[in-house]
Formats: sequence, C-alpha cells, structure tokens
Amino acid sequence: MSLREAIEAGRFAVTSEVGPPKGIDVSEMMETAEMLRGRVDALNVTDNQAAVMRLSTIAACVHLKLAGFDPVLQVTGRDRNRIGIQSDLLGAASFGITNVLALTGDHVMVGDHREAKAVFDLESVQILQAIAGLNEGHDMTGNELHGVPDFFAGAVVTPDSKPLAPQLAKFEKKIAAGARYFQTQAVYDIDSFAGFMEFARARDAKVLAGIVVLRSARMARFMNANIPGIAVPEAVIRELDGSSDPETTGIEIAARFITQARDLCEGVHIMAVGAERLVPRVLDAAGLTEVVA
Amino acid sequence: MIVVRLKPIPEIREMLEGHSNVLLVGCNTCAAVSLAGGEKEVETLLEALRLAADAQGSDAEFTGGVIQRQCEPEFVEDLDLEGYDAVLSMGCGAGVAFIAENTDLPVYPALDTMFIGAARGFAAWQAECSACGSCVLGQTAGICPVTRCAKGIMNGPCGGVKDGRCELGDRDCAWVMIHERLERQGQHDNTCTPPKDNAAKTACPEWDMGGHRENVKR
Repeated sequence: MSLREAIEAGRFAVTSEVGPPKGIDVSEMMETAEMLRGRVDALNVTDNQAAVMRLSTIAACVHLKLAGFDPVLQVTGRDRNRIGIQSDLLGAASFGITNVLALTGDHVMVGDHREAKAVFDLESVQILQAIAGLNEGHDMTGNELHGVPDFFAGAVVTPDSKPLAPQLAKFEKKIAAGARYFQTQAVYDIDSFAGFMEFARARDAKVLAGIVVLRSARMARFMNANIPGIAVPEAVIRELDGSSDPETTGIEIAARFITQARDLCEGVHIMAVGAERLVPRVLDAAGLTEVVA
Repeated sequence: MIVVRLKPIPEIREMLEGHSNVLLVGCNTCAAVSLAGGEKEVETLLEALRLAADAQGSDAEFTGGVIQRQCEPEFVEDLDLEGYDAVLSMGCGAGVAFIAENTDLPVYPALDTMFIGAARGFAAWQAECSACGSCVLGQTAGICPVTRCAKGIMNGPCGGVKDGRCELGDRDCAWVMIHERLERQGQHDNTCTPPKDNAAKTACPEWDMGGHRENVKR
C-alpha cells in the first residue's frame, strides 16, 4: 500500500519518518526503515532537518524506494530557489517519488551552518502552488513540461499553535494551494484536536495526526517549554510522573490517543525522534496490527 | 532612514594596515542620526585609532571631518583629499561607494549598513524595510514580512511561532502582528500571495546607471 492509496481509499493511514545521515553511510537509516517495514504506509524523509546539512533527501528517497518503501519527499524552501525546487521535484518524479510534503523549513540560524544564505524564495504555500503547476504540465512561468509528473502533495499544520487564528488562516491557504493531506505537529489533547478536526472537516482536509511518543515526564515538560506548538496536558505529564515504567506509559498514552483519533482523522504520523524501535509497539497497542505491504 | 553600525575596531584596523595618513569622513545624515557616523562618532573613532597606533609604535596619522551627505556630488566634491593615502568612510555603503567613485584613493567602510528603519526611542531603530523592489505592505497591514519575518514568508506564520514570538527567540512573529493589525482594520489574510517578483529589483533601470549615465548627467 502507499500513502496515496490509503488516503484515497479512506483507510486509516500510518506514516513515520527517517532522517538521512550526515555522510554517505545509509545503513543506519535503512535499519531504521526496516524496523517499520510492513507497519507504515509511507516514510517521510526529512530535508536537512533543523537546518543541519545531511545527505540529500532525494538520494535517501531513492534508497528507500529501491528497498520497497513508499517515501514522502520533504521539500523545504530554505536551501533552494524556485528553479532548484522545481528541478529537484522533477528529478524525484523521474524516480517515481511522487509523495511530497511542502514545508517552509527551519531557519538556517538554528542549524549547523548558521552563516549560510537563507533562501526562502518560496515557502510552503508557494511550493504547493508550484507543485500544482507541475502536475498540470507547466513550470512556474508557464513553460510546458515534457513528461508530466503526478505528485501527491501534502503540508503540515500545528493544531495547538498559539495564537491559533493565523495558523488556521495559513492552513486554509495550504488547502487552496492544493494540499491533499496534512501531517500535524505532535498533538496530545484529544478534545483540542477534535476541535481542530471540526475546522478541518468543514474544509474537507485529510489529516494525519502527529504523534511523538513521550518517554518521560521530563521530556514532556521540555517539549512544552521549548518546542513551538506543543501542548502536553498536565494530566498526561502526571501520568508519566507517577509511572514506574514511563516508556511503557508513554506508549500507552500514544496508543490511547491514536485509538481515539481513529474516528476523527485520516491517519497518524509518528515521529519517533530516535526511538523508532517503539513505533511497532505503539501500533500494536493501538490495534493497528494490520500489516501494510 | 538607513541604519548603520560601527564595525569592530580590529576589523577597521586591519583594513587600514599599511596606510600612514588616513582621512575619516563622517556623514551628517542617516549615519549621524543613527549615532554611528556623526561628528561625535568621528572624534571617538579617531581617538581609538590614534591610541591603537600609538600602542603599536606606528606613526600613522588620522584626521577627521564630516560632510552633509556622502551620497551626493555637491557634498562629496568638497572633500579635499590632498596628502592622504586612504579614506575611512563613516557613511552607509552608498557613501563609501560614492566617495570611492570620486577619488583614486582606497576608501574603506568603518560601518556596516544594516537596514532601512524607524526610530523606536533614543538610539533604537527597528528594521522596517529591506528595499526589496516589490512592496507588499498594502496586503500586510503595513508590517513588512520580507523584513520582519526571519524567513520572509509571504503567507502566514511558520510552525516555529511560540506565543507570538519567532522561533529565533529574539523578535516578535511578523505574521502574528500582521494578523492582529489586519483584524483591527477589519481585514483578513485569506488569499495566497504568489512568490515575489525578484526580477523587479534586478531589472530596475536605476539599479545600474551604466546604460543611463548620459540621461542623468547634469
């Protein structure tokens, strides 16, 4: 199965992500992918995540594709202008890589090459517009393409962003610009998420809820304090605090959220942040045992 | 106005190495108002350079003066550069460039040119404009996303906004401010803004006067 088929068929989709290495040894990335084989519909491949220079996203997607995975090419506007972005997209499509996630990208100042020129010629909404054009057979200036790609473009949204109104306005722009699915920033409060989904439903947006498995109360507090758009409820933090086995409790919390979210949204996007080994346990606990090929 | 700031002294001294008679030229317009290139600042830098030269046993001489605007011929023409072997400009980049165009001496910048800004209290300037060549302030409630959003985003806040602050931590989120002001104005940010026309600046006829000099010569 692929992400596109799952979403178009209305089957609850599961995605996760891998990060390309700094260097050319892809063995660890491929081992991570193997842990998730058969359990996810697709694997996002980050684009120089956190503005830290790494092996190219497209190359990593090709490795995954050759190994039988369905990759999602993350494309940011930080490092390439509109010529580079369109060119890379066509290159990816020529390898059959057509799932794309359009992002603005973290600023270079937060990464490991802070003196680099931050490009941002296009940002997320405009990358989606560019992709829509390529799908129609022309580039951004209207020149005809020889061989037209068929991208399945998505975007991100932060349902717990504060303030929320500007975030929702941008979410609507992304829908208008052609986002066919959304992956969210990590969400923990099911009631708050349900409220967001009401907004998304009214706009016919397909949403994969973002899941980051909490491994301790300390991690939850750190995320609340430092990661924009994350709001772990106090009750969840207390649950982890009172647990003798916080890792298992974290898995239960994630699984419970997924179970509740199954009636609300189209799937989940699990960001393992280095704990990919936990993902199959989360899926087992959430009853998502159906093996995806 | 154009906001400038003094370069680190070691960087200035490195540029001036090998020169023995340097004229410091202040600029009494933007650079003076941003407290980096007026009379007082020229005096201060002169003192610093003389002290540093003395400490090193160098007999390099430094003289200072201020002209009204380094970016206009009528003021730059008045500069008497006789006897000097270098000029240190305390104007913006345009001042440095324009003096350099009018002399065969090397002209060095003492300042870094930062942005076009507005006054926010004494000696405090807020960047408001990046001279991008295709103004969008009409759609953004008068708050420039090119300048005030760290990523120059044209369509709303990124995921890095936290309680109205930018992910870089040192500034407010331009897009949160834009939304708040649009709301006060009874307007909404609900249409996708297309990518910027970067050619507008490159193709600006005044960008390079090379092909137009005949037309503007007085």
